[in-house]
Amino acid sequence: MMDSPELLFAVEVAVGGLLSGVMYALVAIGFVLIYKTSGVLNFAQGAMVLFAALTFVSLVERQVPFWAAIAVTLVIMAGLGFAIERTVLRPLSNRSPMTLFMATLGLSYVIEGAAQLIWGTQVHRLDLGVSNAPFEVGGIFISTFDLVAAAIAAAMVSVLTLFFRYTRTGLSFRAVADDTFAAIAVGLRLGRIQGTVWTAAGVVALVAGLLWGARLGVQFSLSLVVLKALPVLVLGGFDSIVGAIVAGLVIGATEKLAEVYLGPFVGGGIESWFAYAVALVVLLVRPSGLFGKKLVERY
Amino acid sequence: MSALLAFENVAASYNGAIAALHGVSLEVRAGDFAALLGANGAGKTTLLKAVSNLLPAAGGRITSGRILFDGRDVTSHSPAEHIRRGLVPVLEGRRCFKSLTIEENLVAGAVGRGFGRGQVTRGLEVVYALFPRLKERRRVAAGLTSGGEQQMAAIGRGLMAAPRLFVLDEPSMGLAPLVVAEIFEALSRLNREMGMTLLVAEQNSSIALKHAHHATVIENGRSTLSGAAADLAARDDIRDRYLGGKVAALA
Repeated sequence: MMDSPELLFAVEVAVGGLLSGVMYALVAIGFVLIYKTSGVLNFAQGAMVLFAALTFVSLVERQVPFWAAIAVTLVIMAGLGFAIERTVLRPLSNRSPMTLFMATLGLSYVIEGAAQLIWGTQVHRLDLGVSNAPFEVGGIFISTFDLVAAAIAAAMVSVLTLFFRYTRTGLSFRAVADDTFAAIAVGLRLGRIQGTVWTAAGVVALVAGLLWGARLGVQFSLSLVVLKALPVLVLGGFDSIVGAIVAGLVIGATEKLAEVYLGPFVGGGIESWFAYAVALVVLLVRPSGLFGKKLVERY
Repeated sequence: MSALLAFENVAASYNGAIAALHGVSLEVRAGDFAALLGANGAGKTTLLKAVSNLLPAAGGRITSGRILFDGRDVTSHSPAEHIRRGLVPVLEGRRCFKSLTIEENLVAGAVGRGFGRGQVTRGLEVVYALFPRLKERRRVAAGLTSGGEQQMAAIGRGLMAAPRLFVLDEPSMGLAPLVVAEIFEALSRLNREMGMTLLVAEQNSSIALKHAHHATVIENGRSTLSGAAADLAARDDIRDRYLGGKVAALA
């Protein structure tokens, strides 16, 4: 039963998967925030993650103290998000979603280029001072780093949730996401709300950048974590924060379990593509995702 | 006494091509309850969007003539600025924030005007006194309430911004006659007891003429007739020709 080694192993794999799923959710949330208010799939989110990690690492390498570097990067990322909204998205408001998407695609190259121009192209090691040593809980081993990362992500999600639930800006954000035209008619200031949301997306990118950077090393390919976020978004729905979290966990756990239990039958290497297969099935069965906007309406 | 709101020969179009208004003139004085009557597609909605400068957000614009609120051209202020000046619209089809609770919908109206906590509390009291049903339903997502409740929520959301001029687009749309009567009763009270100026666009001319003081008829984007509501209601030819007399007679 509970002490059978096979079961323990399965639980250990699942827990490891769930924890890495939190990391996927972290990136996905950045997308959801912006998608909800402006209907844009912000392809530059990955570039922002890279930019955040690179800025932080470069500051630390220049002997800036840890917390000061976090504070400075936080300000830079918030400013970057705000500036993008002002200079790129706002002049394009009322354009088609495809135009906006292309703008963010271009933007991602500009940000990646700028990041490497400023900080160089070499790979940096990012040490957050959290050990990667596993510890044992009830017979299963859990990585300390993964657990800390999950705790940080959970804290950030809680703050965001409270913010959207209980503040005026949060209320305005939900109103805009629900019916933009009505929100304008009511006098809510769209520009200000979108500025706030992009700022928040910049901060989310910082958190994701630090955690992912610590795991993978800070380098150009860090911006490719967006590719891991896409299946999460498809599964959870592009406009649901809850969906991003649940889908992140589901994808994280299933891809690890699939690797271990299905992998041997097909020669392994499942983990790298399994999430996309899941996304494909979801698209066929339930195109708006598990938690995507279903109209709250009675008939 | 000068007009609070004046249309001077207003023409408007969408996407630079589709003309929706050709020449509308009318005045609404402070303290008035004015009705804008006309069939489907006559241009009522376009006109009301133009008042709050919401046409650009809907892909349209005023092509000639002008609309003055408090003596100032409405196109020189953003919709948000209009709210802060006391010009508050209630959109056609209610447009509640469906995933927000009824009370959150109401609070959003006050936030739009930039009101503080005290004004939110007082506003909620006013709205709940006017529509007790909303108080019972205040924790329910607006999308799960009935059409009548949503209309009340939309009106309440507007009231939270303490309008001086309250502009409503077809509040009777798709509602049962009893609910329509209740809503117009509430609007009359706002006008009578709080001195609020109202401009209401309606297809349901009989209920509008019953409560309004003045009415203007628009037909194919033009204002064709204007006068005291009682006079218009008394003229059978007008009812038959412009206002769907048969339907009105049944109501």
